[in-house]
Amino acid sequence: MQTLLKINGTEHTLEADTRTTLLDALRHHLQLTGTKKGCDHGQCGACTVLVNGRRINACLTLACMHDGDEITTVEGLGTVDKLSALQSSFIRHDGFQCGYCTSGQLCSATAVMDEIKAGWPSHVSDDLSADITLSGEEIAERMSGNLCRCSCYPNIVDAIQEVANKEIS
Amino acid sequence: MKAFDYVRASSIKEASQQLASPQTRIIAGGTNLLDLMKLEVMTPDTLVDINRIEFGGIEKQADDTLRIGALVSNSDLAADVTVREHYPLLSRALLAGASGQLRNKATTAGNLLQRTRCYYYQDLAMPCNRREPGSGCAAKEGFNRIHAIIGASDACIATHSSDMAVAMLALNAKVEVQSVDNQKRLLSLDELYRLPGDTPEQETNLAPSDLITAVILPAPIVSSQQYTKVRDRASYAFALVSVASVISMQSGKIDYASLAFGGVAPRPWHNTAVNELLMGETPSTQLFTKAADLLLADATGHGSNDFKIPLTRRTLIADLQKATGSNS
Repeated sequence: MQTLLKINGTEHTLEADTRTTLLDALRHHLQLTGTKKGCDHGQCGACTVLVNGRRINACLTLACMHDGDEITTVEGLGTVDKLSALQSSFIRHDGFQCGYCTSGQLCSATAVMDEIKAGWPSHVSDDLSADITLSGEEIAERMSGNLCRCSCYPNIVDAIQEVANKEIS
Repeated sequence: MKAFDYVRASSIKEASQQLASPQTRIIAGGTNLLDLMKLEVMTPDTLVDINRIEFGGIEKQADDTLRIGALVSNSDLAADVTVREHYPLLSRALLAGASGQLRNKATTAGNLLQRTRCYYYQDLAMPCNRREPGSGCAAKEGFNRIHAIIGASDACIATHSSDMAVAMLALNAKVEVQSVDNQKRLLSLDELYRLPGDTPEQETNLAPSDLITAVILPAPIVSSQQYTKVRDRASYAFALVSVASVISMQSGKIDYASLAFGGVAPRPWHNTAVNELLMGETPSTQLFTKAADLLLADATGHGSNDFKIPLTRRTLIADLQKATGSNS
């Protein structure tokens, strides 16, 4: 089955079996191995990418369902010479150890910024309609779909909070 | 995963026609279906993708009801300004479920029709009457910490996993269903869901070619709305027990009560006699205890889930204390 995917601004024509998940299309067909496969069941968040600006688990969607969609992977967030604000903040705060979950954490956190800017409340927001307090608790709740087996959570939260405080006021 | 054909439907009628074949499944968000297909619990030979069909967004109707299109994502529904203001229970229940990534993909209709997370349902090496009718139930004598205490049967003790549906039940939502004849009909959640009985494989009363096209919420009422969810982790975990409540008070008495429960039964659960017991009464812990007694009169534990009976009691009392402001 043929599918047109726009990944990090470049068009790719994928020819793959209908069973191919978006995750396997990225890693095995298009050699974009920045996106990681953890559990392959939507439980760990390592495969998080942005589709049309929204974060999803690439393991729980079929590539053929995304004909024409705009996909952003960790390779599209920044470059070695020009890291995204979140990427440099993760380095400054030591927001990883083994690094396997990091691309998913970064893609997820990138979307979290937009979700907060759009005023989306979370489970821990006291008031569903009030401005969102950028507390560690808020960041942790919004990032709960991204597991880190090295348990770098405090540093990940700090890294995201620093960028959120700068970008969202 | 077993091989399958992939078809993109361009209309509700076309999708409904495709469903005439028993091995055909609809795919919307796919977060539950693809997971089950990877495990080969589900083995459709054709997937009909309905994501390019227009089912409508979140729209206030002329009669003040709110129509939620089948494909509205759990994220969009939770963040919707009207839902947050008038149906905060629904926002709260959605935000208490899954993760940000899953809520972006999961749809309104798909959430209603999600499958149980019973370990044995997902494990092909174990008997399961829901997956394979007549094979037996491994959960009854097995590890059944997450299983049902109300509404279960000898054949199946699995729970329904949705938070959203529990809120919708308390809000008296109706499900809009369309079939090949293009006629629309409305079902209450009582009419949609079946109890397992001897046929746990039949989870709903939908016909094979029926599609859920929307959920309709009744006109909002001024009320205190709570969703109290108890789970093993603070985030990103299914409910062990959850209580959804819509309560309004007048002159110190409970004027209206609608409660629903998650994590305890094979479907989002309610008991109208419990609501009636509360209405017209002055809120007190004694009253809430009586409500819990009535709700749990026929509750049965299966070993590892015995704790859910006292946990449901305490969660119900805590929810009502918060909703009514009564701690005495």
